[in-house]
Amino acid sequence: MDPKQSTGVVTMRKSILDFERQIEQLEKQIEELRQHAAQHNLDLGEEIARLQSEHERLMHEIFGRLTAWDKVQLARHPRRPQTLDYIRLIFDDFLELHGDRTFADDPAMVGGLALLDNKPVMVFGQQKGRDARERAKRNFGSARPEGYRKALRLMKLAEKFGRPVISFVDTPAADCSVGAEERGISEAIARNMREMAVLKVPIVIAVIGEGGSGGAVGIGLGDRVLMLENAIYSVIPPEGCAAILWRDPSKAEEAAEALKLTAEDSLRFDVVDEIIPEPLGGAHRDPELVALRLKEALVKHLAELSRLPTSEMLDLRYARFRKLGAFLEIPEDQAAVV
Amino acid sequence: MAIIGRQRGAESQQAEPHVPDGLWEKCPKCERALFKRDLEKNLKVCHHCGYHFRLSAQERIALLTEPGSFHEWDAGVTACDPLGFPGYLQKLERDRGRTGLNDAVVTGGARIGSTDVAIGVTDFRFLAGAMNSVVGERITRCIETATERRLPLVLISGTGGGASMYEGILSLMQMPKTAAALARHHEARLLYVSILTDASMAGVLASWASLGDIILAEPGASIGFTGDRVSKQAQVGKKPPDFQTAEFQLRNGMIDAIVHRKELKPTLLRILKWTQSSPPVW
Repeated sequence: MDPKQSTGVVTMRKSILDFERQIEQLEKQIEELRQHAAQHNLDLGEEIARLQSEHERLMHEIFGRLTAWDKVQLARHPRRPQTLDYIRLIFDDFLELHGDRTFADDPAMVGGLALLDNKPVMVFGQQKGRDARERAKRNFGSARPEGYRKALRLMKLAEKFGRPVISFVDTPAADCSVGAEERGISEAIARNMREMAVLKVPIVIAVIGEGGSGGAVGIGLGDRVLMLENAIYSVIPPEGCAAILWRDPSKAEEAAEALKLTAEDSLRFDVVDEIIPEPLGGAHRDPELVALRLKEALVKHLAELSRLPTSEMLDLRYARFRKLGAFLEIPEDQAAVV
Repeated sequence: MAIIGRQRGAESQQAEPHVPDGLWEKCPKCERALFKRDLEKNLKVCHHCGYHFRLSAQERIALLTEPGSFHEWDAGVTACDPLGFPGYLQKLERDRGRTGLNDAVVTGGARIGSTDVAIGVTDFRFLAGAMNSVVGERITRCIETATERRLPLVLISGTGGGASMYEGILSLMQMPKTAAALARHHEARLLYVSILTDASMAGVLASWASLGDIILAEPGASIGFTGDRVSKQAQVGKKPPDFQTAEFQLRNGMIDAIVHRKELKPTLLRILKWTQSSPPVW
């Protein structure tokens, strides 16, 4: 759960980012040829077409069939759109609100008032940060207890005014510093879930990048859970799983496979309700398109939820999480009864 | 200190050759040899240093409830292997044999004093007491039954790993599931006492174990969010010597009281008396 570890520093086999470099070189070449052709009035159509088909072939070869570990890297991609990007692209009139009114403001959790299709909503989520400085400031998206308590404060505010809540999940894990422990990170996460279970306004969750264990579910209980195609949702980072099970963090690739952390897995287990497709190569290749798809999904689900009486909505929300899990029921006389 | 340590070592070495195996147990804290029968009589608390040995679910229920009053609920809920996780089924089988339990949790109805309660215990011996679908389901059903029958709820956590890795995302989802069930129990204005024993960590602490109206802990219990093996890789800052213990959590305001094992049941009785009697009339 080390945030630094999950930024892709751990070197494994050739990563998706290495393949990406190949593709980017090709794109640069194509662009240069185009400019050259235009400047010198040359017909380089054949050459450009050849490079373009090579580009397309590479794209499909690399991104057409992604392994779980590939998706881990796409989910953590340094250029992947983050919460504030989606807030900017999807909502209008965002007014950021700060602080938990108890201890501090946590920059790893951002949120505030916004308009979605001109309708008032509350939106928040973890923000990882883009460059080194912002990443440090935002603790790599690992929210502290204050972050979870700020989110809860915003939810209560939304409830008071009958506004729906939209929560963007993108965190390697909740903060695990001594300070977080001193200020009750476990309690903050637990309380958020208990409150979200009975909050009297619609809640739509979107897992946009890393759904990192307790840090994710701390803002992850709602009426609908959406997940981007290349996002991951996991009980533990693959590196941590490999370290515990095999005492060898370099087996993260195997762990990623075993943990079943992809969006498809989550959909199959009913953990998420809908997968938002990403363009080939990942959300960072066309953030506007992904934002548009996400917006359409948010509007659709909020419209459905707004038609439900509150008590029915809460019963359905309860049932949605109640059914999660997989077990057998054997006759009690065959079980070890205490 | 070194001299004392050697003396203790010598003492236990002297004692051991004279008795058959299995009659003595070494205290992991003060390292003195303890006669097992005395240890059991002392509720598995070290006579010398007060170290609380871990209890099994069966021992915990016997400690806290009236003899013969416990009847198990949902004993047939059994783990499968939804992820096809390498080695999981073998580990389940091994720990079933080792503990006599079906999984890491036991739930049921019982009496404490004269009060009917719903009670759930996780057992550290079974896959470190980690929360898989079975633990989440049985804890949830236990909470729901308590809500339906308007019973006070007592949950005792003993878990090293939090949410179980072997069931991946499905284990993680037991956190919101149990928390949602507790929301309803809470809204019904029913009592929930959470008792944290060694160890109470990660996904269990960050869900039902932290949501008690009253939270008690045994002395010296490890209680915290991020496990050792994970946090060792991270730079977590300078740790106080009692980091992630019951004493640390008490100092930081996260638990109500540290209670010696001998005092646990009397403490529960006092809480039940305070909460379950009819409203005071003056």
